[in-house]
Amino acid sequence: MPFTDEQLERYSRHIILKEIGVKGQKKLMNGSVLIIGAGGLGAPAAMYLAAAGVGRIGIADADVVDLSNLQRQIIHTTADLGKPKVESAAETMKAINPEVEVETYHEFLTSSNILDIVKKYDFVLDGTDNFPAKFLINDACVMADKPFSHAGILRFKGQLMTIIPHQTPCYRCVFKTMPPKDAIPSCKEAGVVGAMAGVIGSLQALEAVKFLTGAGELLTGKLLTFDALNNKFHTIVLPPRGEGCDVCSDHPKITELIDYEQPVCSLK
Amino acid sequence: MRIQVSGETKEVKDGITISELIQEEKVETPEYVSVSVNEEFIQKSDFDTLSLKEGDRVEFLYFMGGGR
Repeated sequence: MPFTDEQLERYSRHIILKEIGVKGQKKLMNGSVLIIGAGGLGAPAAMYLAAAGVGRIGIADADVVDLSNLQRQIIHTTADLGKPKVESAAETMKAINPEVEVETYHEFLTSSNILDIVKKYDFVLDGTDNFPAKFLINDACVMADKPFSHAGILRFKGQLMTIIPHQTPCYRCVFKTMPPKDAIPSCKEAGVVGAMAGVIGSLQALEAVKFLTGAGELLTGKLLTFDALNNKFHTIVLPPRGEGCDVCSDHPKITELIDYEQPVCSLK
Repeated sequence: MRIQVSGETKEVKDGITISELIQEEKVETPEYVSVSVNEEFIQKSDFDTLSLKEGDRVEFLYFMGGGR
């Protein structure tokens, strides 16, 4: 189907880019992304992907909007306090771009439901705030062969990497096993500057756009770190995907998903 | 000798071990950091014994669990 005049205007700044163009915009509109976590990282990512016209966006979060969220979770407003985050997020996304289809999952993704959900999308974005979820998303995406963006933020720092399962190193290739509870400070305990969520969540949205359109090179085989206090972006080249990984090697030790024990560090 | 730590050139003592460098760099939560040298991961059990060489490129990879 050709673009309507309204679509040509709405997406004109994409269409004018040689790396996206009419073809790339079509790919975005035919594409789908699942965002897990409608919080600091998920908020800017969901807003930019809705604005970009990604055809179908899933958003998963079991929480409701809390006052302490609003310092960084810019998809929610003060009027949304107490509302399920997925509902508030969907309203903002639809307000930005009524053309996108938003699918909400007001539930925790667990070992029993995550595979079925990630399989419905082209690309997955990890915007969660705890290690059990991050390891579960990694393992599920590897098992489902689903490309995804991993990210983490803390204080004035953030980092992200993109994973094409069985082709590029996965999260577990770098961070083999989950750290014990309380070993690593969380944002709730240690704080995070709100705009850091904006920077890293936006970079994740860019990875989704690049993946769907084929523009440029994905952030695979690399961990991009950003330290706002000393203005440093740094790209760490990762060792190649090796035989050692418990989940993505050719002979994985982990072949079934489990729910990890470390309790959620909720960032309420 | 000179090595690269997180992309920056640093002057360190000859034959410095990973463990000594972790101390010198004041690495946070050192027991949970992943270390690569010249794009190869180093086993934790080798941190005390592996001596770095001139020109080695060292990276520290940290767990970062926040996101919401």
